[in-house]
Amino acid sequence: MTTVLLYGLMYIAALVFLIACAVRAIYFARLPLHLRWELYPVPHEAAAQAEHGGSYFEVTDWWKKSVHSSLIGEWKFMLPEMLFQKALWEFNRTLWFFSFPFHFGLYLIIGATGLLGVRALFAFWAPNLMSGQIGMGLHYGCELGWLGGAALAAIGAFCLLIRRLTDSNLKTYTTPGDIFNLLFFIVTLSCQVAGFLFRPAGSPHALALAQGVLTFNTTLRFEPLLAVGLVLSALLTAYIPMTHMSHFIAKYFTYHTVRWDDRPNLRGSDLARRFAEYLTFRPRWAAPHVGADGVKTWAEIASLNPAPGGKK
Amino acid sequence: MKKQNVRLADMSKADKKPLAHLENSDLMPLPPPLDGVSKDHSWKPLSPQALEKYECGLDDTCALSIPQPKTREEEQELVRKFLSGLEKLFTRENNWTFLEPLILTMEHCAKCQTCSEACHIFEASGRSEIYRPTYRSEIVRRLYFKYVKRGGLVSAWQHGDIQVNWPLVARLIELAYRCNLCRRCAQTCPIGADNGLVAHELRKVFSQEMGIAPREIHDNGSMLQLKVGSSTGMNAAAVKDNIAFIDEDISEKTGVEVKTPWDVEGADVLLIHNAGEIMAWPENPGAFALVLNAAGVSWTLSSELAGYDAINYGLWYDDAQFARVALKHAEAARKLKVKKIVLGECGHAHKALSVIADRILGGDLNIPRESSMTLLREIVMSGRLKLDPSRNNFPVTLHDPCNLVRLMGVVEPQREIVRKLCPQFREMEPHGVDNYCCGGGSGFAIMSGHNFPDWRFHVSGRKKLEQILNAFHDCLEPSIPKYICAPCSNCKGQFRDMLAYYDLWKKNTILYGGLVELIVNAMTDVKPGFIEWEWR
Repeated sequence: MTTVLLYGLMYIAALVFLIACAVRAIYFARLPLHLRWELYPVPHEAAAQAEHGGSYFEVTDWWKKSVHSSLIGEWKFMLPEMLFQKALWEFNRTLWFFSFPFHFGLYLIIGATGLLGVRALFAFWAPNLMSGQIGMGLHYGCELGWLGGAALAAIGAFCLLIRRLTDSNLKTYTTPGDIFNLLFFIVTLSCQVAGFLFRPAGSPHALALAQGVLTFNTTLRFEPLLAVGLVLSALLTAYIPMTHMSHFIAKYFTYHTVRWDDRPNLRGSDLARRFAEYLTFRPRWAAPHVGADGVKTWAEIASLNPAPGGKK
Repeated sequence: MKKQNVRLADMSKADKKPLAHLENSDLMPLPPPLDGVSKDHSWKPLSPQALEKYECGLDDTCALSIPQPKTREEEQELVRKFLSGLEKLFTRENNWTFLEPLILTMEHCAKCQTCSEACHIFEASGRSEIYRPTYRSEIVRRLYFKYVKRGGLVSAWQHGDIQVNWPLVARLIELAYRCNLCRRCAQTCPIGADNGLVAHELRKVFSQEMGIAPREIHDNGSMLQLKVGSSTGMNAAAVKDNIAFIDEDISEKTGVEVKTPWDVEGADVLLIHNAGEIMAWPENPGAFALVLNAAGVSWTLSSELAGYDAINYGLWYDDAQFARVALKHAEAARKLKVKKIVLGECGHAHKALSVIADRILGGDLNIPRESSMTLLREIVMSGRLKLDPSRNNFPVTLHDPCNLVRLMGVVEPQREIVRKLCPQFREMEPHGVDNYCCGGGSGFAIMSGHNFPDWRFHVSGRKKLEQILNAFHDCLEPSIPKYICAPCSNCKGQFRDMLAYYDLWKKNTILYGGLVELIVNAMTDVKPGFIEWEWR
């Protein structure tokens, strides 16, 4: 019964995570396009501009040239940022030493979990393959990635917590929720690591667990510490997208649709059509000079001249 | 002096005592010749009348002169209006213009304080807590979760609590005007949160909902521009008179006949200056006329309402005012059927019309806009002008206006010109997109109420001053004239005032000016000495 509940919880948590992430992403994607608010350097600019952080505005009669957007330029920026937290390394080195292990540890856990899932599936479909050297390689890869990742992330989270509690620059801005979040990670990861390392001989290992989850094998029995770790992991997974820790979703939008969105509003384009629609919105700002009475459209308000005696 | 420990909750303190006070000894030290606290000016304190009459509960200065409410009911009404405005800020109909970046910033800041290290105001103040980019944002964030998202106890536990009252709102109004909107902080944020945007959006709540904005920016700024055509107060007749006088003066000075064309239908280029240049630095529009004529460019000025003043102060505080002025600029160009609008040496005008207004200028109002930096680079590099760099053989450094560089990506054209024409050019560090604001950005350069200039020179302009002094560290002797090239009217205003404040023209011969003046100064067809080494 306990095993069934544990599996159920893990499936539900994964589902909640996916749905909540999707809801959040869709919410941001459906927000109205905003006025341009780019911030240079924009890495997808043409190489001649990108190397010094410039834009197509540097080119004479830029509108007569084709719009340049380099996906390679974006990836060259994004990969070091996503994998190694390049911005933090450049601008807040001390914090990087705590934040990087935490985040990279989580990446290792995610990677190892994915690998474990693949290994479990192959164990059903191609058991011979998994019993050989490939299987062994995957086994050690998973264990090392998972354990190392959990340990790294736990240490990182612990250091981040200490810093948040002791650094006067951070204390003022730290809420009970921030402390709870870090403690949640520390306790969860510690239970997992301890539960895994100190489990009695013969109790289910990582592969057995993955296979158990995939096949809903209710005969498995988990040691209490590991079970607690797994329950907490499930709860944490479901909790993350409800908080600011979902910044892995937000970051796509802050970079791609704000900082790097330099698309010009060309006549007849889809952009022009969408903005024409926004100009029909009817705002209700109360200051008299705005003249937003809820009846006039944004376009009409923009055409008003509020200055006494001003030319209409 | 002992560092004040200011908490977020202190914003709601009912007493009128300012939350922060700075002494010169608290500030970031400056390099020679301003090294040492004794070489700095004393701050002019706020007058007892100002303290009695206006809301001055934030720090040592007062930017907006908000009258103190007389009754409790009046205070409550102001708070109600503020909360109503805050709510509108997060709705599509009222704020589609910046809703997405604002919500992203509200919901995802990790409070890691990476941004703080990038902020020149925070650093120059000696790290005074209220000037930390996240201090303002965190207040707004807590208000957002509590009053807009109507979060309960769990939300307060997760995001932090805040008590809204009139003292908090009054302090927040002032605090919205302690940020230059340079967005250097946003550039460093690993997540992409934007504290500069938060200050911008706050200013919008105060203006668009409560009708509160600095007089210099609203009444004497965008409203005056919409009334007579320019925030300088010049109507079309006055501006034509002034330009005619400038043409005459420049012709005499350079020996080259200069004539500025007006309202030429079908011209290739509509040039729009910041009209402040015409009043304060007439050699700049004069130099433009000379260069464009000499290069054979088909160009014109417009005498339409606002068509001769590129400023758009709405960019800093009010979407409606911003859109109105941008439309006037585009209408002036449409009427003349020009091929493109070229923006003169004004950073915020560049960003306003080229970048921010882009998506509200539809159909035939979407006339291409180009930077004068780009056009001037093309002229200089084309060989159409005879140029002698030895005429500019004095130390020159280049200031990067934030709106032009970090926020628009026009980095190199002005550099190529300066490198070609100024043998003693030296960069400030850092420069380009990593530059520091002059300290006059977002309206500060024209705001002068009470002792606000003291704050502007001591705090917001301090980092730039450090950069300038470092750039000229090897030639500070008064016998060597030095030139800060600032291709932006507001930045020049800040430099004029700040150099005068610290007496750096008299004692160290540091002058400031635009880019086009350096081009004319190097033209061999022009009498030598276009740049006059005189204070202006």
